[in-house]
Amino acid sequence: MQPLSHPTLWELVTKTGLTPGFFLSDRSQSVALGALASATSLGIDLEQARGKSVVIYAERQLASALAAIELDGIARRIILCPPDLAVANLPSVISNAEADTVLSEEPDRLVEHVSGVSVAACGLTLTGCGPRGADRVTEWLLFTSGTTGNPKMVVHTLQSLTGPLGDAGRAAPRPSAAKWSSFYDIRRYGGLQILLRALTEGAPMALSEASEPVGDFLARLGSFGVTHISGTPSHWRRALMSPEIKKISPGYVRLSGEIADQAVLNQLQSVFPAAKIAHAFASTEAGVAFDVTDGLAGFPAEWVGRPGAPVEMRVIDATLRIRSTRLAGGYAGDAARVLADEDGFVDTGDTVALRDGRYYFTGRREGVINVGGLKVHPEEVEAVLNQHPNVRMSRVRGRRSPITGAIVVADIVLEHEGDSFAQTREEILISCRERLPAHKIPAFVTQVPSLEINAAGKLLRNA
Amino acid sequence: MTSRMADNTEPSVRSTILDEIHRIAALHNKQLAPLTDALPLMESGLDSLCVAVLVASLDDALELDPFAEDENLAFPVTLGDFIQLYENAAA
Repeated sequence: MQPLSHPTLWELVTKTGLTPGFFLSDRSQSVALGALASATSLGIDLEQARGKSVVIYAERQLASALAAIELDGIARRIILCPPDLAVANLPSVISNAEADTVLSEEPDRLVEHVSGVSVAACGLTLTGCGPRGADRVTEWLLFTSGTTGNPKMVVHTLQSLTGPLGDAGRAAPRPSAAKWSSFYDIRRYGGLQILLRALTEGAPMALSEASEPVGDFLARLGSFGVTHISGTPSHWRRALMSPEIKKISPGYVRLSGEIADQAVLNQLQSVFPAAKIAHAFASTEAGVAFDVTDGLAGFPAEWVGRPGAPVEMRVIDATLRIRSTRLAGGYAGDAARVLADEDGFVDTGDTVALRDGRYYFTGRREGVINVGGLKVHPEEVEAVLNQHPNVRMSRVRGRRSPITGAIVVADIVLEHEGDSFAQTREEILISCRERLPAHKIPAFVTQVPSLEINAAGKLLRNA
Repeated sequence: MTSRMADNTEPSVRSTILDEIHRIAALHNKQLAPLTDALPLMESGLDSLCVAVLVASLDDALELDPFAEDENLAFPVTLGDFIQLYENAAA
């Protein structure tokens, strides 16, 4: 076997993993990572996974994390499914990722939903296994958030997910006794960043759980002794409104995934006076671009246009573009889809405005709405609204919220003036509740006499 | 603590907030805990999304958005804190 130029995740984990304080835990269980040196969490022989593309479709973050640690360097691809990926989408994921195997905690229940692949178990039960040898650079396929229709996957490697970024990208000190956590699910880019940081540094991490009340999670993190913790500004606002926030006293607090406004930064600094508060810009496609640690919203204008910097940024048509070694390699199953422009920059779609020597994020170019870190495409919601026979046309837009960044609202034009708006609104909301997750359902539906369209017949989104 | 004397705008801010909480909880199928001033808002049965809708509804109903006005605002923890925030903004 050719030696690889970089260690695999399993090698990094088991090298440092013999210390008893190196573990991953969730609400109900804790797994000492040193055990993976001679045991496996998978229901298949690792040799059967060698060179294969493996979909990790686990319920628990802990099971996904263990499987990913074991398969890096062995599988051709790891496809890390987010918690909300519907089983109905699995066949297209399997086809786009050219998958051979699907891992699940309940393989028997999954068999009927997939074909042409083997289905095997993953989970928290460790069984002894022999030595393993890595022989390849595994591709990590991550899902982009908030896509319409079939989910899109981008291709990363352990290197593109963890590589150094120079001064702008690594603000947190490297502590000897760090204890990590994140409000994010580790199957999303923001959470995976924290997991990989903990794993490569040999530090324990407490994983979040979607069904756990925020107060319980904070109390659990208090007992764990969390020192480094990340989340979206919305996660943090929710935590700041919980009395249990007093149970934690982290030294490093990180925000990403949404625009961090000055109010949330100030409030965090006042609740955690000794902590370093950093807000980061990162996306699944563009990777981590920078951490801002001066306590101010936005980022210094001089960070843009530094040729040769580890992360290069451009602002074109008021939109941020990024080039760095942390970019994804492309889209899986869609080679024609271009991730970067001809100069190698990824267009983030995030718009910025320059004020007093700083760039501030102002939103998304295509009208994509960011509700607490979850992206909503207006067209997807409009498609549901427009199916109502009384709706002639609709426009879905974001309304600013100091709690979740934005909420979804809709304007509708009725087909006939005599139609009852109240009844139509009621029926629209019922069909939205049947077909859309809560954050995509319009919080307000307003009747308008007309909606403007442009010369090309497209709805004017900024009108 | 919140007093209900003197200022006659005060009960209306409070009752508007409580009415909106009940309306939004019903709309989102959330079971509410008994609403007392000491109840932490995040334990009321409303999730963040509901609180976001509540804040937007109150912006419309009372024309008040205390969150937007102060960058150094302490985030309200209890329902009493939340009501107080709006009562102060209305004063």
